[in-house]
Amino acid sequence: MSSNGPTGKEGNGGTDGGGGGCGKSDCGCVSRRTVMKGVGATLGTAAFARAIAPLTEWAANISADEFLQRHYKELSLVDLNIVLRRLEKETKDDYGAEVTISDPKPQEGVKFGYALNLSVCNGCRKCAEACHIENNHDRPSHQSYIRVFEMQKGTMDMEQGNVNYDKPVPQPDKFYMPVQCQQCEHPPCVDVCPVEATWKEPDGIVVVDYNWCIGCRYCEAACPYHARRFNWTKPEIPKEEINPDQGYLSNRIRPQGTMEKCTFCLHRTRNGRLPACLEACPTGARVFGNLLDPKSEIRWVLEHKRVFILKEDLGLKPQFFYFFDS
Amino acid sequence: MMAVSKKQARALVIFSGGIVLVFGGGQVFHHVFASNRQEPVAAGAAAGPAAPAPEPATLHPVHYRLPSGAPRVSTGTTDPGGQPVAVACSTCHTTTKPNFQTHSGAQLVQFHQGLNYVHGNLTCLSCHNDQDYNSLHLANHQRVEFTDVMQLCAQCHGHQWESYQHGAHGGMNGHWDLTRGARTRNICTNCHDPHAPKFPLVQPIFPPRDRISVPLPGHQLQETTSLKPATSTSPPHHGTP
Repeated sequence: MSSNGPTGKEGNGGTDGGGGGCGKSDCGCVSRRTVMKGVGATLGTAAFARAIAPLTEWAANISADEFLQRHYKELSLVDLNIVLRRLEKETKDDYGAEVTISDPKPQEGVKFGYALNLSVCNGCRKCAEACHIENNHDRPSHQSYIRVFEMQKGTMDMEQGNVNYDKPVPQPDKFYMPVQCQQCEHPPCVDVCPVEATWKEPDGIVVVDYNWCIGCRYCEAACPYHARRFNWTKPEIPKEEINPDQGYLSNRIRPQGTMEKCTFCLHRTRNGRLPACLEACPTGARVFGNLLDPKSEIRWVLEHKRVFILKEDLGLKPQFFYFFDS
Repeated sequence: MMAVSKKQARALVIFSGGIVLVFGGGQVFHHVFASNRQEPVAAGAAAGPAAPAPEPATLHPVHYRLPSGAPRVSTGTTDPGGQPVAVACSTCHTTTKPNFQTHSGAQLVQFHQGLNYVHGNLTCLSCHNDQDYNSLHLANHQRVEFTDVMQLCAQCHGHQWESYQHGAHGGMNGHWDLTRGARTRNICTNCHDPHAPKFPLVQPIFPPRDRISVPLPGHQLQETTSLKPATSTSPPHHGTP
């Protein structure tokens, strides 16, 4: 038998080993090889089905259009319009609210700056509340892009501040420092994004394409001002509380699993309006304007007040400033 | 050797003709496209204002939330229709003799008794005009209407007034960009009670409930200090045995 060579091996497969099968080539018994093939195929199919299982579940809450949507910067005006209309329809379907989602572009010759007067801020958190409402934040978590720190007078370390204060304000030995996105010139959150879902716009606002973000939260870790928020759940907002004036890059309702941040209310400010937190401030502590306009209020503050930059030593060059009356 | 054959000459002519055709056609193509592109721009320019206009844009107004005029004082009585009766200051003060010493509502026997007055060492008539109680007066006794009250405040609070004039003090609403819309500004007395200008204590609004501030129900608040190595309690591992 051994002298038969390769032909003999092919003709009488299985008989040499003396393992499975009955030894006759035409008896119809299942050979070991066939069994192994069958097992392999079954396992392979099962593994494949398991691997694509998330796709079948996921198809329920993500449309094919959304899955195939391109990065914001690669969208043509026509495509962008299709996306905006689709998002409006999705908001209508999900939340029952009629909203308008626009995409105002940066203005030529405008770079936004924000200054906050720590001498008059009384820590009432009205700004945080206005942000909560304006930017369609999740209601159960009381989310807001502004976190107000109650600080011991004489200190400047934001990390030692208390954000959970609930006594009437202002307390005599405390001062209050609201912190939101500082719109850095060198934003570390943008540097760490692995998919370029966040970037700095020409008017200085750092934005997020919520449909491109993969929710890795690197940017949240990178931000020294704790300014970024993560949508752990799908935002819950009653239909009648939804702000219908929405921007693609700002306050449209964010999907679950994406990062979000303060955009200086760009759907308002790029149309010439003041940010919501400024309008809500009862003490007039907030000053907003165009850093490139020498006659603007913000420039007057920077030139005439005692101005300081939070965590200036990091060298991130924020477009947000704090000042004191003197 | 340099002479060109008839065949070569014909090929040259055909080649150069082709080049002319390609360039000429390109020009025609470009012309058609350019005119297509320019059409909507021209239509837009005809409909709206010309786009390249370097002339100074007209600014929208800044409104001030001024009082409507002199205040009226409630008499505590109601008319037959049930409406509270309020009178002008001059109704009583034209016949009563001004008292330059009064500096608190508690000193009075009629009207204004409950007035909370905490504003430096001023007396009532430091600001109110004893010549005409429907107005105020400056330090030099120049008459000032209630609607111009900011002039009066600015006499002492010059720093705040300077900041106010530059938009760095006082709340506002509307547009930062006055070329695109109007703005409404508070005046001093919208926020500061002139009789007790210091801001009262207020109850803050709830904080956000995120992991850095208040824990969500069922989650423990992570103590940032607990992450630091306990230097005092645990002995160093790399010391000599």
